[in-house]
Amino acid sequence: MIESLINSNKAELTQSAKNGSPVVLSTRVRLARNLVDTPFPGRASKSQRSDVLTKCVDRIAELPQMKQGLFFDTAELSELEKQVLVERHLISRELCEAESGSGVFINKDQTCSVMINEEDHLRIQFMKTGFNLRSVWKQIDRFDSSLEDGLDVAFSQEFGYLTACPTNLGTALRASVMMHLPGLVISEHMDKVIRAVNQLGITVRGLFGEGSDATGHVFQISNQQTLGESEEEIMSRLGSVFKTIIDHEINARFKYLEQNRARLLDQIGRAFGTLQNAHVLNSNEAMNLLSLVRLAVDFEMLPEVNRSEVDRLFIECQPGHIQHAAGEGIEPDARDLCRADKVREEFARLPSLNFDKVNIIE
Amino acid sequence: MAENLKCSHCNNPATVHLTQIVNNKIIKVDLCESCAQAKGVTDPEGFSLADLLTKTNLIPEGGEPQITCPSCGLTSADFRRTGRLGCATCYLHFIPLLRPVLEDMHAGTLHKGKVPQVALSRQSAAAELQTLKNALERAISEEAYEDAAKYRDQIQAIKKSADSEAVHS
Repeated sequence: MIESLINSNKAELTQSAKNGSPVVLSTRVRLARNLVDTPFPGRASKSQRSDVLTKCVDRIAELPQMKQGLFFDTAELSELEKQVLVERHLISRELCEAESGSGVFINKDQTCSVMINEEDHLRIQFMKTGFNLRSVWKQIDRFDSSLEDGLDVAFSQEFGYLTACPTNLGTALRASVMMHLPGLVISEHMDKVIRAVNQLGITVRGLFGEGSDATGHVFQISNQQTLGESEEEIMSRLGSVFKTIIDHEINARFKYLEQNRARLLDQIGRAFGTLQNAHVLNSNEAMNLLSLVRLAVDFEMLPEVNRSEVDRLFIECQPGHIQHAAGEGIEPDARDLCRADKVREEFARLPSLNFDKVNIIE
Repeated sequence: MAENLKCSHCNNPATVHLTQIVNNKIIKVDLCESCAQAKGVTDPEGFSLADLLTKTNLIPEGGEPQITCPSCGLTSADFRRTGRLGCATCYLHFIPLLRPVLEDMHAGTLHKGKVPQVALSRQSAAAELQTLKNALERAISEEAYEDAAKYRDQIQAIKKSADSEAVHS
């Protein structure tokens, strides 16, 4: 069912024409919305859920942003297909577990996905590569306003948009960036950063959100509070924290390079060699080695155009993607062989590392 | 001093002491080793006290009002167990339970963001129309024809303005 989506040559996350940016992989903003007069999905009956689904799908299909978009009913997706969509950050793990009457609408370039009957009736998400809070907010705001023209949403003057979980109340906005922070991790400053931003009401999670680990030195950083501040206030506060983290990361890289030059270049060189030659590669190892290659691009040891290829491999080396490409039902061991084959093939096309010109792009 | 502290969750001696600043207010929680583990507090990826407060029974039990939502039937026990509300109407009835949680969780307790103007004016127009229709029926059944004519004109005026808005948009 999802082949057209995976093979699309327009997908923002995997086929971006842009070179990506150092540190920030992508920016996403999500809004939670519920319809008035129907219980939230967790408490709605089967027929109420299916009514909500029909109503929302009809309305979303009318929107110009969803022209040539695709709708998937959760019940019709296989476990593997759901996993692939999770790995592309288009649906949540919670939607995979959802009861009947739920689904997701995904636009053509996969920058927008709308989950229906997840924790809330509607979970709208817009995503872009690089650090783009303002422009992503503008897009999602416009989309949300036109959606609201045709659907009656649950709203109170006091509490704002009403959501199933009170942690999302108010703006119901979660803005997050995916950050690649090898400098802070290697120099062992990450714990300190996490504690500091936690105190500012900002959450740090692994690549796949709640409860996942930070393989590949990739972290998802987002606001925790949604009520009592406007969308603009939330985003300007977040934006300045994100900028500070980026500065710290760049400094940490620079300092580590200065003090441990041979060791760092050795780690990068070995990572590159392993990815070029490995025949068995599990996904954790692949992520951690790819992280070092992304760092090599930021150090100008590889041309900048290769950064988006590394970012694509971050996603395409996930277990679900490897298995989907190989056909259903291969064993985890065989998956590690397929992954190594794929990476070897791609790395054969890369130029060799240029150790003479180690710089830091800011 | 520290050895006198007990776990806020199970009363064992507390060895993990957390402080988080939310909305310029200091929230402190003391936990024993095993509760801290169970709540994911020791998770190096970070955690939030706000999440902790809603997801766990750290919301104090007892002494709180027993509430049932007249619309969806959610009870205060359901809310404490899941940390989720059942429907929009719950927010009218669970305020006594919610307010202290919201104060700890968010930057404020009053919404300051976007307002769905179009949907709200449509909803209030629909409500007004319904009130007038009810009044019209009542007037007809009571044979109060002058009143009925007045309500009919008002209904038509609202419908007309809604139509012209639709044309303009």
